[in-house]
Amino acid sequence: MATNIIIVILVTSLATYLSRFLGVVSAEKIKETSKMFRWFNCLAYSTLAALIARIVIFPSGSLSEIDYLIRFVVVILSVGVYYLTKKNLVYPTLFSAIILSIFSSYL
Amino acid sequence: MIDTKYFLKGFKSIKGVGSPAIALGASFVAIGALLKNLGFTIQESIFSTFLTYALPGSLVMAESMLIGASLINIFIAVWLVNARLYPMTVALMPLLMHENQPRWKYYLSCHFIAVSSWLIMKDNYENIEKENRIDFWIGIGTATWSVAIFSTIIGYVASDFLNKDILIGLAIINPIYFICMMIGAMKTLQISLSVILGTILGPVFYFLSPEWCILFGGFVAGTIAFLLGEKSGN
Repeated sequence: MATNIIIVILVTSLATYLSRFLGVVSAEKIKETSKMFRWFNCLAYSTLAALIARIVIFPSGSLSEIDYLIRFVVVILSVGVYYLTKKNLVYPTLFSAIILSIFSSYL
Repeated sequence: MIDTKYFLKGFKSIKGVGSPAIALGASFVAIGALLKNLGFTIQESIFSTFLTYALPGSLVMAESMLIGASLINIFIAVWLVNARLYPMTVALMPLLMHENQPRWKYYLSCHFIAVSSWLIMKDNYENIEKENRIDFWIGIGTATWSVAIFSTIIGYVASDFLNKDILIGLAIINPIYFICMMIGAMKTLQISLSVILGTILGPVFYFLSPEWCILFGGFVAGTIAFLLGEKSGN
């Protein structure tokens, strides 16, 4: 790793800011009532869903050590908690971490 | 310049039952620990979250450094994984634009666009008058961004105490938070179809190309959802 860390950080942040910046440039010409806006709205939600599904189904890092069946059960149970707590977001997230730790220790 | 009332209103979004603080915190604690293990100093770790503030981008940066990738390869890999920020920005900014507000606010505050802040803004913008939305958004962004930077520091300092089981627990929190937020957002036919098709097509396209699956899967899913939604009047 001879590359300077600061330069790597700058390159990473530039590559990230680029999409945000171009997004604002395009947004200047798009009205919120237009078809174009509705299309991009769909693209944003579907891309996010694709990203999250990828993280859960084909994880990289520590999640990949957990069997996919366990990951699946944890997701289903956590969504259940989300509905049971009338769409509270704190409980299902805490619940998921605890139940996954229990599963990964005892199964 | 920035209306404090709306800024604080946005800032307070990190409190309460819809709080993203736990999910964001969990993932940036993991990033802090990861960067420490990569040999970053604490200043470099803070600098990284401060400037990038996009989780998958930081992960790709870490992976690329481990394999000794060139700067141009790092740029392309990060750009690819964070390109989802483009449709997200286009789907958010028109809701915030107002002629009485200066342009710099938009070009500066687009740095705050990340999944959690974006989903919170999408969930709340209708309650705020259009002229004040940008200040409300800057409040949300500042709050979530601060949580991310603070958590990076915690993760860096606590990395010796974070064993494998804890890191696994931390890793599931963020996807669960996003899944619940997405389910909550499924209020129209177009958005519901986008979420469902994206969930299916993202992993399906993984078999064709792991690098491009999110963009390809997202593009096809979103376009189908848009066309079907338009046909039946949204």
